[in-house]
Amino acid sequence: MDPIIVRDLTRRFGQFVAVDRVSFDVREGEILGFLGSNGAGKSTTIRMLCGLLRPTAGSAVVGGIDVSRDPEGVKRRIGYMSQKFSLYEQLTVGQNIRFYAGLYGLSSGRYAERRRFVLEMAGLEGRENMLARDLPGGWRQRLALGCAILHEPPILFLDEPTGGVDPLSRRHFWRLINRLSESGVTILVTTHYLDEAEYCHRLALIHAGRLAALGTTTALKEIFAGRPIVEVQAPDAVAAMRALDAMPEVEKTSLFGTAVHAVLRAAAVPPAAVGDRLRAQGFAVRGVAAVPPSLEDVFLDVVEKAGRS
Amino acid sequence: MRKALAVGRKEFHQIVRDRRTLSILLLAPVMFLLLYGYALNFDIRHVTFAVEDRDRTVESRALIAAFVNSGYFDLVASVHDGQAIDRLMDRNEIRAALVIPERTGRAINTGQAAAVQVLINGDNANTAAAVMGYALNIVRGASSSLLVERGLRPRGARLAPPVSAEPRIWYNPELKSTLFLVPGLIAFIGMITGAVSTALSIVREKERGTWEQVRMAPLGTTPYIVGKTLPYLVISIASAMAIMLAAMALFDLPMRGSWLDLLLAVSLFLAGALGTGMFISTVSDSQLVAFQIVLIVAFLPTFILSGFIFPIGSMPVPIQMVTLVVPARYFLVALRSIVLKGISAAAMWQELMALVLYATAVLALASIRLARERG
Repeated sequence: MDPIIVRDLTRRFGQFVAVDRVSFDVREGEILGFLGSNGAGKSTTIRMLCGLLRPTAGSAVVGGIDVSRDPEGVKRRIGYMSQKFSLYEQLTVGQNIRFYAGLYGLSSGRYAERRRFVLEMAGLEGRENMLARDLPGGWRQRLALGCAILHEPPILFLDEPTGGVDPLSRRHFWRLINRLSESGVTILVTTHYLDEAEYCHRLALIHAGRLAALGTTTALKEIFAGRPIVEVQAPDAVAAMRALDAMPEVEKTSLFGTAVHAVLRAAAVPPAAVGDRLRAQGFAVRGVAAVPPSLEDVFLDVVEKAGRS
Repeated sequence: MRKALAVGRKEFHQIVRDRRTLSILLLAPVMFLLLYGYALNFDIRHVTFAVEDRDRTVESRALIAAFVNSGYFDLVASVHDGQAIDRLMDRNEIRAALVIPERTGRAINTGQAAAVQVLINGDNANTAAAVMGYALNIVRGASSSLLVERGLRPRGARLAPPVSAEPRIWYNPELKSTLFLVPGLIAFIGMITGAVSTALSIVREKERGTWEQVRMAPLGTTPYIVGKTLPYLVISIASAMAIMLAAMALFDLPMRGSWLDLLLAVSLFLAGALGTGMFISTVSDSQLVAFQIVLIVAFLPTFILSGFIFPIGSMPVPIQMVTLVVPARYFLVALRSIVLKGISAAAMWQELMALVLYATAVLALASIRLARERG
């Protein structure tokens, strides 16, 4: 049985439907990324899966336990780490570890062993007596992760774990996550850093409470099969975007930094032709090239389609 | 229970490192004790007064001396006309004045009724009433001793009022109001510091986000509440005992009962105070809101409805009913009994039971409230 099985999970707050009939499974040792804008329903879904919030309808079985029936049982089998690195800032590294070990009822022998493991994993050996608030962001984040996995949960929920952390620490953090996944820990992680999505085995795109798409990044990019993307570099990107939108062969456009991405309606249209048409209209086009779809293209496309339906 | 201890240990480490909470628990009580202990004093001494002696006889001077020697009055002026008294009174230089008319001495010596006038500034009704009481007593005492001295006893008959009361004030023979107030102060300080410090504790975790993390752990709300309350209980009991010792040193508060009994009563009361704070903490979303609720729920009732200052017996019946749920009311009875009367805790079992009930109720409410919040 898969460690996480979600069927038609729904949560309403009054009239507002925060999570709308979401269904998915997560396999053992898999890293599933939850992608979506703020307020899309990612956190609400995670809170239901952790037994913190009762689902309005549908079911979720986590670690073999129905979250509606036994939320406390679920809590024993999961680890949770949130965006705010919930450490006690006025406590030392050691005191934080000890507290969370106590919360999960670790025996003293296991506590000593896990404490060593966490200190080593977070690179905090010798810093046991430092106050958590004095730790640099990356260390703090790794300590929070350590505290969340002290009790060796088979399932780990990470709610935007890398917010506000420098890129190097983020990379280090994802290596740890990968190691956990290789040892068989099932991981569900929310993020809005699209580059981080590449670390995930599969992605779930959440939009307006619905699961808009689910699959590997390669599979998700299939959405652009037969619709090549052309990247246009022109000085006045916004005006160029408008001109591109007016062309019949262009399905839609979006701004990517200083460049414009235009999605073409058919693979038959050569990118160079699009550039020539723009130049004919007086745009000083610097470059035109077909580009593979990025996750951002996928995300925007999915959100747009979900918005239309 | 092991989890409760883990929570307690964590909380203790946090308190020790948090200057704000520590100062609420340890410094505020000392400040309250000094401030209220010295300022809240209903004893009236050193009443400034002026004399207008139009009689100038041995008798009039004896009366003035009686006032001065009573220890309650300080003679600040001797005047010769009534307008001077008005002026002094207006300028707040005197609170009372004694006017002895002409021929008072002669009236006394000839056995006629003599009257002297006592003027009292009534801008503070309590003080005025007390000053009037002192003045009446002094005049009465002075006139009877004058009678005795002048030997006006008709033919050896004993001159005595038909009935005289011989008051003996127990437990506080000098009627020092501090002895009555300081136990109340201990209750007040315990309630405020206990409720404030705990009221902020869960709210602070909510504000900082650690609450979310704790909620994710398999931890019941009861061990959580118990664990959170324990360290505060230990610290505030120590603080209360320190206040007791300070009050004995500074205000001559006697300790006639057993320290163990005192410890029991203090612990039960503080458990309730801390529970009140915990409960407030579970219903508030910010430290500010929590603090305001403490003011309304803990501060005012403890000050007004506990019998700390205003006797409960003289309140209207509906208000008296309200005081039934004010824990300080029971604690004050127990505390005054143990400290001033030396009565044993066993004799105060009803009050102590009330405290147990209160503490259990608020802690249970806090726990239930917290469980419900978990969705």
